[in-house]
Amino acid sequence: MPTYDLTTPISEETIRTLRVNDIVYITGTIFTARDEAHERALEWSKENKALPFDPSGLCVFHCGPIVRETESGWEIVAAGPTTSTRMEMFEDKFIEAFGVRVIIGKGGMGPKTALAMKQFGAVYGAFTGGAAVLAAKAIRRIVSVEWLDLGMPEALWIMEVEKFGPLIISIDSTGENLFEQISTNVERNRERIYKLAGI
Amino acid sequence: MQSSILEDTIVTLLRLAVTNLPSDVSEGLERALAKETNSTAKSQLRAILDNIDLARKNAIPMCQDTGIQIFYLTVGSKFPLLHQLPLIIDQAVKRATQEIPLRPNTVDPILHKNPGDNTGLYIPWINWKVVDGSDLEITALPKGGGSENVCKLGMLTPGQGLNGMKKFIIDSVIEAGAKPCPPTILGIGIGGGADICMKIAKEQLLRPVGQHNPNAKIAKLEKDLFSAINETGIGPMGLGGDTTILDVHIDVAMRHPASFPVGLAVQCWAARRASAIISKEGKVTFTSHEV
Repeated sequence: MPTYDLTTPISEETIRTLRVNDIVYITGTIFTARDEAHERALEWSKENKALPFDPSGLCVFHCGPIVRETESGWEIVAAGPTTSTRMEMFEDKFIEAFGVRVIIGKGGMGPKTALAMKQFGAVYGAFTGGAAVLAAKAIRRIVSVEWLDLGMPEALWIMEVEKFGPLIISIDSTGENLFEQISTNVERNRERIYKLAGI
Repeated sequence: MQSSILEDTIVTLLRLAVTNLPSDVSEGLERALAKETNSTAKSQLRAILDNIDLARKNAIPMCQDTGIQIFYLTVGSKFPLLHQLPLIIDQAVKRATQEIPLRPNTVDPILHKNPGDNTGLYIPWINWKVVDGSDLEITALPKGGGSENVCKLGMLTPGQGLNGMKKFIIDSVIEAGAKPCPPTILGIGIGGGADICMKIAKEQLLRPVGQHNPNAKIAKLEKDLFSAINETGIGPMGLGGDTTILDVHIDVAMRHPASFPVGLAVQCWAARRASAIISKEGKVTFTSHEV
């Protein structure tokens, strides 16, 4: 499988060369955002309020990390991906409003997100769910934290990463969606599985 | 016995649970990797096993979602600190949140507030069994949210029966797809009632991977569902492959003539649990892990 090392900020041109099943490693800046951060970011965007940092060309990580505050600042303990489908209701508008290029999470996303990725140039990269120690190993440092009032899992953690991955590209900017391909395949198997189970 | 022995033991149980996956689960994952034919699936299983290893060696939580804290107690009626247990467990969870650390995961659904210490209304949740005797057997089950979100209750009719149960489970696993971090473990409770079958289903997650129900008819249901579901092609992390589940554990209760309740509890690959027995003198024996 083709493997790429990408450095943020990532251009639309670079993103449009990636295809489903490619493997990508990210170096640079990524930030976490879950349900509540997506909701607030979109509210701010509606009110024309700027985010506390410039998200364009960066990667959004669907993750609620465990972090520890030490004398020298915040330290990441564990940081695996959370289920991305919960963000399906926000992500198309998020991609349009903020120009993010890579959405990192687990479990894939739906047609609304895939359409926005095609329109605005973005991809979805699947990171192994639960592999929080592997992820934390690639995080060099926490640059800053915003919206901590939402709680540790929901806050925006802005992080510097080195060779963060492997991410399996599962939605590309042509609209291909690996999770949809698999779900079609599973659907084809359904009757056979009922029979196998003796139904 | 001093309550501090109990509190320390519970903190240790939580640490063991979130940092050191029981060997029956990691061996199940290794067996799956040896059989897997899909290359993406292999890469996911390898990442999971590497991650488990790193977590064990460095005593770091293997997953950032350290769950909602659930405890199963089988307590002898003569155990000296019986009445203080809820308070001690609460204190231990607060301490573990700081010391391990655990992710603060308790959110008030009305106020949107997270107290930051993994406690609050009804949580930690305690399942009680009071028996004759003076020992306490305690199991910590930190339960992650991704797999909890796809648990299901099916109030089937007696006419649908066991075939209906199988279809309900297969359909639920297909609908869940990648969401619960497969390969998962399925706990199934049949009978009782709506709450009872769900309770039995979740309790099945305490059973080690590879251990079948001693009742041969129930064990056959477990095996049939196991082979069939691994043919779906969902695969590790839903990225395709031969490994969708690691095991199926079923138990049954008597049902009402008009009902056929089926509860499905889903556990992610990070099937964390840790148990210990504490005697009335304060002697502690860890039963799930070598300590």
